[in-house]
Amino acid sequence: MSKPSFVYVTYIRATPEKVFDAITDGELTAQYWGHRNASDWKAGSTWEHQRIDDSDKVDIVGKVIENDRPQRLVISWASPDDAGNPEKTSRVTFDIEPYKGDAVKLTVTHSELEPDSGMLRGISAGWPLVLSALKSFLETGSSTLIGATQREP
Amino acid sequence: MTDITKFKPKTVYVTYIASTPEKVWQALTDPAFTRQYFGGFSIEVEPKAGGAFFLRNPNGSVHMSGGVVEWSPPRRFSSTWTVEGMEGFNKLPPSLVTYEIEQSGGSVKLTMTEASDWDIPDDILAGGRSGWPAILSSLKSVLETGQPTRCENGVAAGLRRGGEEGGSAEGVAEFLILRSARSGAFRRMASRSEFAAILRDAASGRSSG
Repeated sequence: MSKPSFVYVTYIRATPEKVFDAITDGELTAQYWGHRNASDWKAGSTWEHQRIDDSDKVDIVGKVIENDRPQRLVISWASPDDAGNPEKTSRVTFDIEPYKGDAVKLTVTHSELEPDSGMLRGISAGWPLVLSALKSFLETGSSTLIGATQREP
Repeated sequence: MTDITKFKPKTVYVTYIASTPEKVWQALTDPAFTRQYFGGFSIEVEPKAGGAFFLRNPNGSVHMSGGVVEWSPPRRFSSTWTVEGMEGFNKLPPSLVTYEIEQSGGSVKLTMTEASDWDIPDDILAGGRSGWPAILSSLKSVLETGQPTRCENGVAAGLRRGGEEGGSAEGVAEFLILRSARSGAFRRMASRSEFAAILRDAASGRSSG
């Protein structure tokens, strides 16, 4: 059975470096994503998607597959309970291209997803929200798009 | 007569905007506002179900025409889109473009759905699939910052260039192929002549069917 992918494209008025760092700097992700993305981001290292409340809970774990700052980041993606299970481990690729001088085209490709899974449904609803919040954060300096009632990956 | 129950979604794009439903509605339907983020194109709409719909080129000529299927401010706007003035395209059945606006927490969720009632080839959908993210990213920027993101809008720019080249399907096809090649949207690229053939087949298949 082929594994589905989810692709989302957005254009952001920012430099490729700012976009890359807004995805990998935990202090920045905490401001628009509601989570800290924590890793040293070296190929082969682990990364964690940590809640910013006091629970210390980790919602997603994975490994850094490729880091080619600022144009490309590839990571694996799984719920902590499914870590190490290849059937339930997916892959997220961030492609960042300069666009028209003062903007970038950001393409997020979430591939190798488990068909009909809660993860597939969750990320399909979540990426548009997270990446809308990222765009607002970089262009306006603040983002209030992600509220307590909204879903996100 | 458009039977909207026969239309199936082919391209869906969702964005969240720090704004109000009323402002998003205005951004989508006001001619002067649309010009700011739609690559200079402007939407002109008769505000009622059954009313006329146009998307005008920057020079004022009609680029898309259609009819309003649903007009429910500030929640839902749906209209048919037919490409005008381009050999090949104007014989194709119309697409149905629907904007849905919902309050979501403190922001607005905007869902654009492009639907068809026929087996439209991916090559034809490619323009919209590369164009909508650019157009709606720019709309979000205008509402949140007052400034568009400077994006050349996919199918709009392709069609404009096609128009400059004499309105040929080949001119449009070349642009769309280059664009989808750059964006990596397709593994297999249709050639320029193949694309023109796809348009011709699609049009003749419909008119004879």
